[in-house]
Amino acid sequence: LCFPCCTHSPYSQAFLTPSSSRVFVVRRDQDIYIHTLRKLFNESHGIFMGLQRSEEELAGKSRKAQLVQVSKNYRSVIRACMEDMHQAAALKLGPAFLQVSILSAMELIWNLCEILFVEAATAGPLLLRLLDWVRLHVCDVDSMVREVLSSESPSKHKLFWNVVDVFVLQGRMDEARHLLSKEASANPASMNMYKILDDLMKKMPVPSLGNTQTLTELELKWQHWHEECQRYLQDGTFASNPHMESICKILLGDEDAILEKKELMTTWYHFLVTRLLYSHPTVKPMELRFYAQSSMDLFLGGESSPEPLDLILMAAFEFEMHQVIKECSIVLSNWWFVAHLTDLLDHCKLLQSHNLYFGSNMREFLLLEYASGLFSHHSLWQLGVDYFDHCPQFGRVYLELHIERVPLSTEQKALKVLRICEQRQMHEQVRSICKIMAMKALRNNRLGSALSWSIRAKDAAFATLISDRFLKDYCEKGCFSDLDLIDNLGPSMLLSDRLTFLGKYREFHRLYGEKRFAEAARLLLTLMTAHIAPCSFWMTLLTDALPLLEQKEVIFSAEQTYELMRCLEDLTAGNPDKQKFQDDDVETTKVEMLRLALARNLARVIVKEGTVEGS
Amino acid sequence: MFVARSIAADHRDLIHDVSFDFHGRRMATCSSDQSVKVWDKSENGDWHCTASWKTHSGSVWRVTWAHPEFGQVLASCSFDRTAAVWEEIVGESNDKLRGQSHWVKRTTLVDSRTSVTDVKFAPKHMGLMLATCSADGVVRIYEAPDVMNLSQWSLQHEISCKLSCSCISWNPSSSRAHSPMIAVGSDDNSPNILAKVQIYEYNENTRKYAKAEALMTVTDPVHDIAFAPNLGRSFHILAVATKDVRIFTLKPLRKELTSSGGLTKFEIHIVAQFDNHNSQVWRVSWNITGTVLASSGDDGCVRLWKANYMDNWKCTGILKGNGSPVNGSSQQGIFNASLGSANTSLQNSLNGSSASRKQS
Repeated sequence: LCFPCCTHSPYSQAFLTPSSSRVFVVRRDQDIYIHTLRKLFNESHGIFMGLQRSEEELAGKSRKAQLVQVSKNYRSVIRACMEDMHQAAALKLGPAFLQVSILSAMELIWNLCEILFVEAATAGPLLLRLLDWVRLHVCDVDSMVREVLSSESPSKHKLFWNVVDVFVLQGRMDEARHLLSKEASANPASMNMYKILDDLMKKMPVPSLGNTQTLTELELKWQHWHEECQRYLQDGTFASNPHMESICKILLGDEDAILEKKELMTTWYHFLVTRLLYSHPTVKPMELRFYAQSSMDLFLGGESSPEPLDLILMAAFEFEMHQVIKECSIVLSNWWFVAHLTDLLDHCKLLQSHNLYFGSNMREFLLLEYASGLFSHHSLWQLGVDYFDHCPQFGRVYLELHIERVPLSTEQKALKVLRICEQRQMHEQVRSICKIMAMKALRNNRLGSALSWSIRAKDAAFATLISDRFLKDYCEKGCFSDLDLIDNLGPSMLLSDRLTFLGKYREFHRLYGEKRFAEAARLLLTLMTAHIAPCSFWMTLLTDALPLLEQKEVIFSAEQTYELMRCLEDLTAGNPDKQKFQDDDVETTKVEMLRLALARNLARVIVKEGTVEGS
Repeated sequence: MFVARSIAADHRDLIHDVSFDFHGRRMATCSSDQSVKVWDKSENGDWHCTASWKTHSGSVWRVTWAHPEFGQVLASCSFDRTAAVWEEIVGESNDKLRGQSHWVKRTTLVDSRTSVTDVKFAPKHMGLMLATCSADGVVRIYEAPDVMNLSQWSLQHEISCKLSCSCISWNPSSSRAHSPMIAVGSDDNSPNILAKVQIYEYNENTRKYAKAEALMTVTDPVHDIAFAPNLGRSFHILAVATKDVRIFTLKPLRKELTSSGGLTKFEIHIVAQFDNHNSQVWRVSWNITGTVLASSGDDGCVRLWKANYMDNWKCTGILKGNGSPVNGSSQQGIFNASLGSANTSLQNSLNGSSASRKQS
């Protein structure tokens, strides 16, 4: 029996399913996604941070304009990414192809959300925005258009009328009229018809962006124009030219006529906007949902069912913001889109109007998901830090958990991580990371590195341990390693007694090397009398005193000599291993030598001190 | 959605456990071939075996890493009635060149008289401590008082659970509001309705672990158990692998309301129960934020479970035993709307490119 087993990896969110002989390490492929979308993630990070810091005091129109600009910035970043992807896709570099269509869909949805939610376009401008939107995103016909326009004799091209229809369907009247004029000059017989149609198209009332007319005025004008078109159609003006007649019907908003051009519209939302243009150009935002639903039904006609993208767009037309976010979360395999869009909508104060608790939680939920994903990348994790910073409820604890797991592959990376923790007063994480680095250094016998990490961790116990190792090494080898570090300990020397001793002991050696014997002597004595030195080290210290005692010049004063003698006696008398002392010949000899040296020094110094100067 | 890398583990018998280290760059496997292997991840993402050695004289059931603050330390437990602690020794330079490292045994814990079925290190804030559980129903907690001396471990507690134990989990919460806590699962097969999950909590007054709760609704053999990481929640979350996947919340009740002085009582709720594996569930494992649970079952699949912002748990991914996703089952679907184009070749290439992304 084999028991399948799984476990989580903290870093790459992977898990394993071992069979009897194979282990599978599985990763969310967002890692690949992250790789190809690095620029998108980096640049959108900048936009996100700008938004978080932006002026909340700006009210009304200026705030709205600011938010619309942010939205446009996000979209331009998506488009830039698509451009890059196109190149990669052309070279058939694997996932890039899929990414282009996903990015394109994201931009499509975002653009619609910008129009409906961020800008909250009102009746009139709403239609114009939607027309722009359709023109920008339905590109399947672009190549056909280019082909016809660049041909020698466009009106003779077999797809000529298709292109005219495309222009009409997209409300591109000037371009349609321009093409028609070519047809008219090539076909004088239809000049009359052409002039009428051209005139109708020229006169068509459309909403304007400025305040030059009210909606009521527009509706009135539009009604008259519509009736005029109706008269011409019913009079049979265009009867002899089916193409022109069909165009006239389209102008009249005839659903069947428009639907006949399904292939040229390619999507139900194009159909929706065309319908609105020619039947209800003053459509109000809240009326959109009815037109959207019927458009989709008519267009799909029961032949096919809505795709995920269709449902998302429908939810947007219905102003169901939460539904849009929910559907996008399910369908898109990354959190980038929903996290940034939701954050923007939250700044527009749109989510709060639904339900404060629910709304603000959702923004944070999505940002946490997105940022967590970034942490699986070896460099993008740094962006994740900023996102966590702007999640007031759980951001800090998420950051604490994630930052601890960032692999400390190099010292540089460890320092980077530490800076981030220190800036945020994450003391426990600082301590832990330093401890991990200290441990690693110690295992590899890099005592200097281990010591600096424990000092940074303010880990007294560990500092003591490493100091002991240094001292042990010194006793064995007779010299110190990492002198630079020990010489420059500064106030951190005080972290632990043992560390202080190490620093001071090294100082003693330095003083001796610089021949500053009196200072060295004083220091040596202090190390023992102030109990900075551990008892185990006293013998070594006393032995270090020997060369000082045997200098030609007397260094230790009488008082100091008495102190040294007392230390020696304390050491030998109070030593439980007295037996050991007595048996060990080397130890006994050392003690004897010391006693002799001390006695001699005492003799000399008594004389010296007793001598009157100058005599 | 998922990319799988397959590693030929080269164990000569069944692999029973696999465990990532704290940073996810090292992995340990253990097997019925009595050995443990350690794998290291290189910069380009490949896994290399850097150590392989015989650890016990019986099947090795579990292997687990200590926190890197304690160095590179592993613990293993076995059918041979022992648990062992291992430390990596920085090797000779020619070993390093060959990409090999050595692990030495620091201690053997021989107190158990039956197969030791699980071993887990305690959360690092408790020091260097581990717990083992055995088929004879005893949970033992050991401590190494000097973290620099891994050969000295003392048995601090022996907890008699009265039922054969199969798994343990420490509560990772380092909050001062929570006493140390350990959950124990039993795979006892005899027909009874005894609770197969017990929760033991450390009592500061008596300085002993005492039983705080028993999950009475879990009466089938339990194969694995896991506390979720705590993100500042006041309550605990526990996942149980039994005949299905179950997720419980344990809300500590105010201590004044409890009868036994000093011990917390809990309000227990089951927040999810999934029988999708349609067979025994063998392992449950949490991600680092405790937001995703992975489970593996006898159906050969691994399932991922996640709670949405309304705290409803759902399956967000299924992987077959060979690492490939099950088609059409994942809610993280590929966005294959073709943007209105009826171009079938576009559809096909979309499908094709998603399939080619799975490496094997």
